[in-house]
Amino acid sequence: MNAPEKKDSFRLVGTRPVRPDGVEKVTGKAVFGPDYKAANMLQGAILRSPHPHARIRSVDTKKAAALPGVKAIVTGDDFPNLEDAVVQMGEAAGNIADLARNCMAVGKVLYEGHALAAVAATSEAIAQEALGLIDVDYEVLPHVTGILDAMREDAPLLYEDNFTKGLDEKPEKPSNVSMRIQQTQGDTEAALKSAAATVTARYTMPPVHQGYIEPHACVVTWKADGKLDVWCSSQGAFNVRSLVATILNVEMGHVRVMPLEIGGGFGGKTTIYLEPVAALLSKKAGRPVRLTMDRADVFRASGPAPGAVVDVSLGADAEGKLVAADVEFRYSAGTSPGNETHAGLISSVGHYRIANFRVTGWEVLSNMPKHAAYRAPGAPQVNFALESALNDLAAKLGIDPLDMRIKNAVVPGDMTMHGTPYGEIGLLECLEAAKAHPHYSASLGPNQGRGIACSYWVNYGGPSTASVAIGEDGSVMVIEGNPDIGGSRASMAIMAAETLGIDYDNVTVTIADTGSVGYSMLTGGSRTTFATGKAVIEAAQTVIDIMRARAAKLWGCSVDDVAWSDGEARCTGGEKAGETLSIGNIAAKADSTGGPISAESSVNPNDFLPGFAVHICDVDVDPETGHASIGRYTAFQDVGRAIHPSYVEGQMQGGAVQGIGWALNEAYLYNEDGKLDNPGFLDYRMPVASDLPMIDAVMIEKPNPAHPYGVKGVGEVPIVPPLATVAHAVSNATGSPMRDLPLTPDRIYGLMQSKA
Amino acid sequence: MALSAFHTPETIEQAVALLAGDPSARPLSGGTDLIVQMQSGRSEAGAIVDIKRIAGLNGIRSDGDGFVIGAATPCTALKEDAALVAAWPGVVEAANLIGSVQVRNRATMAGNLCNASPAADSVPALVAAGATCLIAGPSGEREVPVEAIPVAPSKTSLQAGEMVTAIKLPKRSAGGSDAYLRSIPRTEMDIAVVGAGANITVDAEGVCTSARIAIGAAAPTVVLVEDAGKALEGSGFDDAAMEAMAQAVRNACKPIDDKRGTIEYRIAMAGVLAKRTVMIARERAGGTA
Ligand SMILES: Cc1cc2nc3c(=O)[nH]c(=O)nc-3n(C[C@H](O)[C@H](O)[C@H](O)COP(=O)(O)OP(=O)(O)OC[C@H]3O[C@@H](n4cnc5c(N)ncnc54)[C@H](O)[C@@H]3O)c2cc1C
Repeated sequence: MNAPEKKDSFRLVGTRPVRPDGVEKVTGKAVFGPDYKAANMLQGAILRSPHPHARIRSVDTKKAAALPGVKAIVTGDDFPNLEDAVVQMGEAAGNIADLARNCMAVGKVLYEGHALAAVAATSEAIAQEALGLIDVDYEVLPHVTGILDAMREDAPLLYEDNFTKGLDEKPEKPSNVSMRIQQTQGDTEAALKSAAATVTARYTMPPVHQGYIEPHACVVTWKADGKLDVWCSSQGAFNVRSLVATILNVEMGHVRVMPLEIGGGFGGKTTIYLEPVAALLSKKAGRPVRLTMDRADVFRASGPAPGAVVDVSLGADAEGKLVAADVEFRYSAGTSPGNETHAGLISSVGHYRIANFRVTGWEVLSNMPKHAAYRAPGAPQVNFALESALNDLAAKLGIDPLDMRIKNAVVPGDMTMHGTPYGEIGLLECLEAAKAHPHYSASLGPNQGRGIACSYWVNYGGPSTASVAIGEDGSVMVIEGNPDIGGSRASMAIMAAETLGIDYDNVTVTIADTGSVGYSMLTGGSRTTFATGKAVIEAAQTVIDIMRARAAKLWGCSVDDVAWSDGEARCTGGEKAGETLSIGNIAAKADSTGGPISAESSVNPNDFLPGFAVHICDVDVDPETGHASIGRYTAFQDVGRAIHPSYVEGQMQGGAVQGIGWALNEAYLYNEDGKLDNPGFLDYRMPVASDLPMIDAVMIEKPNPAHPYGVKGVGEVPIVPPLATVAHAVSNATGSPMRDLPLTPDRIYGLMQSKA
Repeated sequence: MALSAFHTPETIEQAVALLAGDPSARPLSGGTDLIVQMQSGRSEAGAIVDIKRIAGLNGIRSDGDGFVIGAATPCTALKEDAALVAAWPGVVEAANLIGSVQVRNRATMAGNLCNASPAADSVPALVAAGATCLIAGPSGEREVPVEAIPVAPSKTSLQAGEMVTAIKLPKRSAGGSDAYLRSIPRTEMDIAVVGAGANITVDAEGVCTSARIAIGAAAPTVVLVEDAGKALEGSGFDDAAMEAMAQAVRNACKPIDDKRGTIEYRIAMAGVLAKRTVMIARERAGGTA
């Protein structure tokens, strides 16, 4: 396992060493969000709305405040007024105001589970009892949760002042539609009319949750000097810092965020829910305050990812070349606008060469929790519709569905939807690998079906900082600001050790707090191994230059006569030619050659490349019960170069599994009262281990030339294709098209019955 | 309601006295329903009477040719009793579909029964098996068929101060066997959308001489479908008899529409599962070549 897989070019890149955080995690010692305790800490609890939509007439906290042990109570009135900021700063501040109102309702509660008051007390039991003593006078309002229902002209409105943005003319009346976006190319209608074959269909799916195991939790202390310490797990401590500071109207430097280990985020921990509330409680109580969500809170008040209603018309010529795509998608957003609709647009048709397209996205508000990012946010929904339609079109034309994609795939130099040409992308290689794989030609039995789909995700670069410091004994520390979600400590250690020419075990990686390292954007957009990796490599290279200079000093030679290889300085000229100095030797004499040795590097690279994935799935459908079970699953992906192949495969497998869950069983189920009917893992059915076969991961390595080790982002694209892949397989097994997710046994059974 | 006491009696008499003395006290076997319900606020136990320390309640003993399973016996222990597995494989498999290994290391059939969920997995198998339960109470001991215990979702026929001390399985008759199947969207960690237990005997010619079919999650309580058994008796499990059996099962269903399944789907699946369960029991009984 530990032999390098690229012997000729790398010593460590491509090996599979044990992850640095592994022992602490498997022995249960690692400190995750809900584990952290501060001395003298109070326990907080949050009062959440039982109604999906209601005006808050009054909140009476007198009885709760009188309960012995209660130390502080906070309501929406305690939050700074951000309205002025909205007026001055426009949309960005508008988003912050939305986020603040999501942490604690002001005026109205907008979904079941919306926080509206909080208590800090000397025990959890007292805090809970105090919640029961808070009297809230609600004026219950009509609610709406479905996308199409919320778009109706007579739908109950969340906001009287929401006018759809992005229409040709400002609408006269407010609505629940926050935005329309559109991108067009060529003449889609004409091209559809003259196409040799077309398909048109509607696809739907409910919202789904990110399903991380670790619930949201934090401890915050607002100290007597006016500064705040925050302990929490998140996808970015710096992101937490800026959101907390802005919402509470304090200086950013006065908020220090200590990252704890993160038990899964998948995009859902790129925002905040509890920290400002705990901060205000702490400010009033003068003691640290902990807030935690339980599982029902997590489901009712965090996440989910958008549900969608998508209409697709696709047209191709007789040879199967796509000529036109008309895609109109509507995404739910919960109570306020997000980024998924934009991402849906750029993820929709850009992986194929299509001369004529019209893609229209609508973002729809409703009485569900404010939605959050989920792994390739906004891409899986529209991809499900487009890829499903493409499979139907291939079937109509009698063309193999992989060949259909090979005919239309983008190649380096083709245009992306956002107007720049694709670089060294490997979509065609993925499709050809899938076609050649034994899975694709394996025979199928009765009631079995095979599906395929293909996907694209843009990925990201963005700002990162890392430093490399040499200890007095020559040990090497990497300090970075990105939480380790998928094994990034191991990848950082590999890249640092590769650059320095030393062993993996000689590098220790620390995820630092916001007071201990320069700014890094959050862990998201599949950016960390790429961008933060670049910062680590650059810092390591600078440290090599420093150590060469120190060696030159010790040898009394020119720095040009000092080479760096195999983790040591080598004298190449003058009297000392042939001598070597190890990092330990150089570190031991650092005080006499210029002091401590370290370097920090900050980068903001935009030469990242997108990810592409192709999945193949076989299902068995029980013809009497409608149960679909996954028999075999193979994932192909353009991974750039795999720094630590196990963690790349892990991303591919994890993404596939989450996508399979989305396809088969996961769903937010709202009842007629607008309440979530399944706020727990029993009835929110993520796949369990016995539901799944081993997911075979086939990495296609087409390195990114702009990264020293060829890295491309790998974490998000694998969740995109499973929806259409599984639906295609079930459609083929049953002979009925599967256009509405999830594909629960009763739904499949019903479709089979109505066909029979 | 705040919990006032956690009792660990060592005899049945002490347990009964504690239960009789405090109407808010609840017996605790594995606690996998009770504690979860207390935490979520669905159960308001004022005191807990843990029955696991009572001598004789944790374990399986033979009673002539039958079995007496102590009320505190965890489901995983059932699998370790070879004679029980040979005689009542359907009961053992039903109890070992509950939750996960961790849950089953605690959960008991008595708790499954007394929780009175229509979807309880071991109950259709026990009803099909003709199991009875022993009840201890302030006025002494009584024995009733298991199907007499649940009367409605979360309601039992147990009187104040009463508790189940054991579940009794009868002697396995020659040429007989049993089976249990449930329908869930996933493969485990789920609540039955519908469940079916079958217990049959087959003679040397392959003719069904007796059959008891019970279904779960298809009505407010687990239902013993006597007509389904009658439809099979005297038949050689031919298609017509099997369809008549399935039709009797479907007729007995009075399910609800909920997040776990629709009325139509539950009724249809009750028939499908009943057929499959009978076929497995028949094969186990040696009635099929
Ligand atoms: C994660 C999880 C998964 C689960 N999956 C399943 C499943 O797949 N199928 C299924 O059927 N159930 C499932 N359950 C529910 C539960 O595990 C079972 O019902 C189990 O059999 C209960 O047994 P227990 O011994 O733990 O009962 P307890 O929780 O101890 O008791 C249950 C009820 O019965 C009463 N009681 C207990 N013992 C006695 C007695 N001797 N006399 C009178 N009353 C008594 C209690 O007061 C309580 O009201 C699951 C539970 C969890 C937590």
